[in-house]
Amino acid sequence: MYRYDEFDHAFVKARVAQFRDQVERRLSGEITEAQFKPLRLMNGVYLQLHSYMLRIAIPYGTLAPRQMRMLAHIARTYDKGYGHFTTRQNLQFHWPALKDVPEILEHLASVEMHCIQTSGNCVRNITADHLAGAAADEVADPRPYAEILRQWSSLHPEFSFLPRKFKIAVTGAERDRAAIQIYDIGLHLKKDAAGRLGFAVYVGGGLGRTPILAKKIRDFLPEEDLLAYVTAILRVYNLYGRRDNKWKARIKILVHETGAEELRSQVEHEFAGIKKGGELKLPEADIRAIQAYFAPPALEPRPEGDAAVAKAAAEDPGFAAWISRNLHTHKNPDYACVTISLKGIGEVPGDISADQMEAVADIAERFAFSEIRVSHEQNLVLPHVARADLKQVYDRLVKIGLATANAGLVTDIIACPGLDYCALANARSIPVAQQIATRFADPVRQEEIGELKIKISGCINACGHHHVGHIGILGVEKKGSELYQVTLGGSGDENAALGEIIGRGFGPDEIVDAVETIIETYLSHRLDKSETFLAAYRRLGPAPFKEALYGSEAKAA
Amino acid sequence: MKILAANRLTDGVAVWLGEDDVWVEDISQARVVRDKEGEESLLRTGEVAFQRNEVVDAELVDVEVVDGAIRPLRLRERIRAAGPTIHPEIGKQALKRAVTLV
Repeated sequence: MYRYDEFDHAFVKARVAQFRDQVERRLSGEITEAQFKPLRLMNGVYLQLHSYMLRIAIPYGTLAPRQMRMLAHIARTYDKGYGHFTTRQNLQFHWPALKDVPEILEHLASVEMHCIQTSGNCVRNITADHLAGAAADEVADPRPYAEILRQWSSLHPEFSFLPRKFKIAVTGAERDRAAIQIYDIGLHLKKDAAGRLGFAVYVGGGLGRTPILAKKIRDFLPEEDLLAYVTAILRVYNLYGRRDNKWKARIKILVHETGAEELRSQVEHEFAGIKKGGELKLPEADIRAIQAYFAPPALEPRPEGDAAVAKAAAEDPGFAAWISRNLHTHKNPDYACVTISLKGIGEVPGDISADQMEAVADIAERFAFSEIRVSHEQNLVLPHVARADLKQVYDRLVKIGLATANAGLVTDIIACPGLDYCALANARSIPVAQQIATRFADPVRQEEIGELKIKISGCINACGHHHVGHIGILGVEKKGSELYQVTLGGSGDENAALGEIIGRGFGPDEIVDAVETIIETYLSHRLDKSETFLAAYRRLGPAPFKEALYGSEAKAA
Repeated sequence: MKILAANRLTDGVAVWLGEDDVWVEDISQARVVRDKEGEESLLRTGEVAFQRNEVVDAELVDVEVVDGAIRPLRLRERIRAAGPTIHPEIGKQALKRAVTLV
C-alpha cells in the first residue's frame, strides 16, 4: 500500500500542529465558535447528539494492521472502546472530547492517517472497490488512481471552498462494487480496444433529498488525462454550481439543471484548454511509481488449498456456510478474498470493538499479507488469503465473534448511525437493522431468500444509501414519532437504479413485519431460486408488493 | 414547558441549564420554565454561557413533567438525555439517572 514520503509526513504533522493551536485558541476563547466550526469540520470533527464525533479518512478503504491497532488504541484511550465503519469506507468515533482531538490526530499521523477533508465543502476521501488489486474480474487496480486523486485534491487551493462537498469513487471492474453512479464523479477504469488504460467518466450522481444517478459524459478518458479532466469538471462546478441554496448546491443539481450534454461540452471545452497547457498531464513514470506502491503481494503457490477446504468443510458445517457466503474469487486460484461481516445478528452494523480490531490486525498480519479493506457496505475484507489458510482464519474469527456467514444476504444490512447518535437524524436506523436481522436470523431462511440488500437511513441525507437498497428504508419524524418509508427496486451496482416509494410509511412496531411481507411476496412470486429479489422486482413491478402490504387500500389507490 | 439544552464546549457532553444557572449533566436537574418570560431568561443565560465559551448549540427543548420527572416531548431529546438506545451500558443511562425513553 501507499507509504507517506517525507513531504506527506511533514504536511500531516504541520496540519496536526495547526489544529492543536486552533483547538487551544477555541478553548481559551481567543476564537469564536463561528470562526472555529469550519476549521474543526475541515479536520473531521462534528458535534453530534451526545458528544463530538471524529471521522477518520481511510483512503480507498485500505488499512494496514498497524493502523488498525492504532484505531483500537484510540478507541480504548479516548473513546468508549469501539468504532464505526461508514458507507464512505471511513471510521467514526462517537465520543471523543474536543480537548483530546489534537492528541488523537498526533497518534493517527504516526501511522500515516488523518482526518483532513472528511468534512467541509471540498473533495472528500476518495473511495474504491474494496476488492481492488485482488478480484478476478478486475481490469486493473483502481487504487493508484485514487491515490493520485487524493494527493491532487488534498488542500487544493482552487477546490477547498466548493459550493458543496464533493465525492469521487473509482472502480476497476465491470462489476461495480464501489457504487460509482451515486457519486459526484464516478470513474470506471477500463481498457480501450488498443489495450490502453483509461476511464469511463460519470458525473452528477448523489442521494440525499434529491437522488439522481450519475450521467456518463466520457466513454474513455486516457489515464494520463485523469487530473486534467477531473480539474475541468471541478472548475465548471466551482464556477456554475449554486451557492445560494445548500440543498441545490451539489453538482448533481447543476448537471440536472444544465443538462448532461451541455455540461459535457462545458467540461470538454475546459479540458481542451487545460490540455493545451499540458501541466496536468500525468507523466507515465509518476503513474508507474504510484502503482508500484500497490504491487500485489508475492503469492506463493498453495495448491493444497482445495483439499484442505473440502476436508474442513466436511467436518465443520459452520465453516462450510461461511466459505459459501463470505468468499470472493481471487485472481490467483490458490487464494480467496474474505469478507469479515460486521453484521452479526443483533449487532450494530459497522461497529467493531477495540479487541476485535486488534484481532483482525493479527489475522491480517499472519494470513493476509498485512492488508485489510473497508467496504462501503460496512464490512471488512481480507483481500489475499490462501485457501489453505481459510480454516485457520475462520477459527480465529469465530473466537472474536466476527464469523457470521451472511455477506450479501438479508441480514447484511447497511445502516447509518441514525437518531441514536446523529444530530441530523429524524429516526433511528440501527434498531431497525437489528430487529430485521434478528427476525431473519435463521441461516437456512437467509440462504433461501438469497441475495438481498437492505439499506437504512435515519434521515433524508441518505448516509445509509436507502435509495439504492433492493429494499430501502428511510426514517422520518411524523407528529413526533418515528415513521419508516419503504422503497423497492433500488441498486447501487453497474445496473444502478433508484428505489420506488411503495406507499405510506410504517411505524417502528410495523416496519419489520412490512419487510417480512415484502420478502414473503418475493418468495411466492419468484420464478425459481435463481431469480433474485431485485430481478423479480424488475420483472413484477410494485403491484404485488403493494397488494401484499396494503391490500384493498392498494387497489383503491 | 421548556428547558435549555446545550453541549459543553470542551468535550461535547450534553448538558442542561439547572438551578442557579449551573450546567448539569442530568436532565432531571434541569430548570423547567412555564412561560415566555422564563424562556427568555433561559436563552439569556445560555447566550452568556455561549459567549463565555462554556457551551455551544444552546436551544430550548419542549418537555412535560410526568410523576415529577422531566420528559422531553421529542424522541431526539429523550435519546440525548439517556444515551444511544442500542447501548444501554453507555451514556447517561448507564448512570441510572436519565429519563425513561418510552
